Amino acid sequence: MDFLRPASWEEALAAKAEHPTAVPIAGGTDVMVEINFDHRRPEYLLDLTRIGELYEWEIGEETVRLGASVPYTRIMEDLRPELPGLALASHTVASPQIRNRGGVGGNLGTASPAGDAHPALLAAGAEVEAESVRGSRLIPIDDFYTGVKRNALAPDELIRAVHIKKADGPQQYSKVGTRNAMVIAVCAFGLALHPSSRTVRTGIGSAAPTPVRAKTAEEFLNAALDEGGFWDNGKIITPSVAKRFADLCAAACNPIDDVRGTASYRRHAVGVMARRTLMWTWESYRGTAARTEGVA
Amino acid sequence: MRVNFTVNGRPQEADDVWEGESLLYVLRERLGLPGSKNACEQGECGSCTVRLDGVPVCSCLVAAGQVEGREVVTVEGLADYAKERSCGTSLQDAQHWSAQGQDSQTGEGTELAPIQQAFIDAGAVQCGFCTPGLLVAADEMLERHPDPSDADIREALSGNLCRCTGYEKIMDAVRLAAARQSEGV
Repeated sequence: MDFLRPASWEEALAAKAEHPTAVPIAGGTDVMVEINFDHRRPEYLLDLTRIGELYEWEIGEETVRLGASVPYTRIMEDLRPELPGLALASHTVASPQIRNRGGVGGNLGTASPAGDAHPALLAAGAEVEAESVRGSRLIPIDDFYTGVKRNALAPDELIRAVHIKKADGPQQYSKVGTRNAMVIAVCAFGLALHPSSRTVRTGIGSAAPTPVRAKTAEEFLNAALDEGGFWDNGKIITPSVAKRFADLCAAACNPIDDVRGTASYRRHAVGVMARRTLMWTWESYRGTAARTEGVA
Repeated sequence: MRVNFTVNGRPQEADDVWEGESLLYVLRERLGLPGSKNACEQGECGSCTVRLDGVPVCSCLVAAGQVEGREVVTVEGLADYAKERSCGTSLQDAQHWSAQGQDSQTGEGTELAPIQQAFIDAGAVQCGFCTPGLLVAADEMLERHPDPSDADIREALSGNLCRCTGYEKIMDAVRLAAARQSEGV
């Protein structure tokens, strides 16, 4: 095994081009487990912890450009106003020790269906900035996950940053596990209201081979909210609409039975989380709307 | 490969380090600092918690090569570290303090850190295996939250498993350390 220690992003890209099988390591919270347990013996480890810009973020007009290695702790503490869904998701990651090391770039690189960041990214709307010596490109988050622990990166590409849409409305995140800390999701759900476009977006984790959006459920809810004038009148969402939305979210799952839970439990739980996160965010939206526009 | 870094204020050099080796292994097997415990090797239990550039991390998940040029504090250096901090040294200086030239690497002959004494006084140590990690995590929490709520303590220690105590005595110990810290005892 060789340990490659690029001192700059350019050096890292050159190293990845020269050794496409090199395994990038930043927080190490996935890679080191595999090495410790002898599940993996990569020929090259590509250490990214010396590259300062991966630990920085920029808050732009519409998006946050989040460096790939920004630890979850920083997202929770410094980016909650802009990225409330991702901040909530970050808080459900493992433990303080892990959140001090791990970041969204690693979550995306590993692309586990159980990665905690994915539902929040899908719901908020995001693009992955992938770069190689050939150039840089933005991969829409909907096209990024291609299979169980597979993603759209080319062998010579590294994740530089994630461009996440700044919240324009309330966002929520929910995760099912046996305890609060140190738990891999049985299933998870992210929901974001986007009042500026009058749409709702979702993200489901651990309930399909990849993280997915419940697109049929989103279309149904967008149409129902539009028809009922809910965005303007700020009324409570009709229980039948919430139930139908929850059912469609459950139907978007394609889960398996495993040690953490059965497929039918996962479907059920996703439906419950969908309804709850919709209610939480909608109550918050109504509260805001009531204060700023005088509707009740 | 060779790794140079600072441990508990002393420059250290580890030779013939395997590229896939963890910081925990280097500390225990190459530098003779067995305070950080090796239990789960997957970041689940927190018994290998150390501070890397001031931040609590699981040393089993840090690749040895990643600590080149960085500063590590282990439980062996906790007493010195806490002493330095309480002497009115700024937090930043405390995190980068330099060697005191003591012979002992294992903390023998030095006073205990307040958090260590509190663990003893509160009966928070049973088999002791989880204790080093808990001490490092709790000490860092008290640095950030001098007056922690129970929720702060539980959250800060949520990455450290203890199978003996049921955690209540550990909670007592951290509350005791916080109270003594605020009274300046």
